[in-house]
Amino acid sequence: MEQATNAPRVIRRHSVLTRVCHWINALCFFMLLMSGMQIFNAYPGLNWGQTTDFQHAFFWLDDGFPGWATLPGIQDLATGRRWHFFFAWLLVANGAVYFGELFLRRHIRDFIPDGHDWRHIPRAIIDHARLRFPKGDEALHYNVLQKLAYLAAILAFPVLILAGLTMSPGMDARFPWLLDLFGGRQSARSIHFLLASFLVAFLIVHLAMVVLSGPINNIRSMITGRYRIEEEDHAA
Amino acid sequence: MRRNAKLSRRETLIKLIASGGALSLAGCDFDSRSPGVLSILDSVEPLTRTVQRALLAPREALAREYGPQDISSYFKPNGSTAPDDADYQAAAAKGFADWRLEVAGLVENPMQLSLADLRALPARSQITRHDCVEGWSCIAQWTGVPLSSLLAKARLKPQARYIALFCADTLEETLDGNGKYYETIDLIDAAHPQTILAYAMNGAPLPIEHGAPLRLRVERQLGYKMAKYVMRIEAIDSFEALGRGSGGFWEDRGYEWYAGI
Repeated sequence: MEQATNAPRVIRRHSVLTRVCHWINALCFFMLLMSGMQIFNAYPGLNWGQTTDFQHAFFWLDDGFPGWATLPGIQDLATGRRWHFFFAWLLVANGAVYFGELFLRRHIRDFIPDGHDWRHIPRAIIDHARLRFPKGDEALHYNVLQKLAYLAAILAFPVLILAGLTMSPGMDARFPWLLDLFGGRQSARSIHFLLASFLVAFLIVHLAMVVLSGPINNIRSMITGRYRIEEEDHAA
Repeated sequence: MRRNAKLSRRETLIKLIASGGALSLAGCDFDSRSPGVLSILDSVEPLTRTVQRALLAPREALAREYGPQDISSYFKPNGSTAPDDADYQAAAAKGFADWRLEVAGLVENPMQLSLADLRALPARSQITRHDCVEGWSCIAQWTGVPLSSLLAKARLKPQARYIALFCADTLEETLDGNGKYYETIDLIDAAHPQTILAYAMNGAPLPIEHGAPLRLRVERQLGYKMAKYVMRIEAIDSFEALGRGSGGFWEDRGYEWYAGI
């Protein structure tokens, strides 16, 4: 009886819209990250509140980020801003399409943990630590850690964009609530930086998981949409 | 001979590695800053400018004003902090007693105003946040004459579209003589109630490092729009003939004219 299902199933895991959005987002993220580090280097410190206390930055990089990590590779704030705002528009357009799909087609529900998920957090952590990845029907859904990680990363983007806009004195004049939301222009700058750092941490874990849980199958599913499900071994 | 050959081989190798490194560096640099790349990046600039100008069109969109307790104990002076231009130094030595602000260009009534004349006009004080394009912010109180009231006295001609501010300081020595600071703002910003020509900072005469005797405050913009050491203002219909044609000292060096984002 198990015979028929032992051959791997191939499912269509990601819609074409998800796949296109994913890769545009990946491109935008790298460009925004590198040009963002260029912009950060113009004043390589972080403060809280409205204003800068030059003596007491809570984070300070003496030499800023190295040239190989910034865009452009030499100190050039004006060009860095051009790169940043160009890809910011692309990110916003891409994000608008993705969020439209996420909410209009209720795709967001894939990322919201249910009661079963919450109860199984400890087991999910142990499974991850042992690098035991789900097989069979379980692999059709995200587990609770995946749901929480993706949800946090997805929701980080709009907050990141709002914090970025709060650095603009013009936007603050037009939308004063931005300053109250983030607690000041310097707080907004710090939150913008910290959320970007969170997304870098997310990306490192994301790439590690892609590699550990079957890189070819994973990457193919994000390019062609096709994902192979390994069936559970019932023989034992 | 052998030794030399070996040496020159080693030299060649080192040169190759060095030039490879330099080439890849230059390559990176060329890619991200080349005119071709910049023209692609610039394709979104009209969109950004249009959205920003549309959002800031309402005069009632005011920059936040703060309380006296919020004033920064240290306000970073940026750009020129002690102009070494001879005419400026001569004026500063006399405490700007002979200094006159010239209001000219496309106006019906050109004027020359002394500091005493400016101080006698109705003033506005505001405690606002100064946001530098570099990322830092400081808060100070500024007192000065609303630019709109000055322009009302000078009576703009209908063709006037921008106000240009010409400054005393040379921020960069250039061969083409375009190193003098200048700025241009449109009539939306010029008419904004918080746009003032400030002669006082935190209740004291404007210090030299912050632009004495007179600087622009255009509070919904980034710091580089707020020209210091203002000598002459002119109503103009286009800024193409000024400097290198982009509407300001930093604009000529790649920064956005509309700033503020």
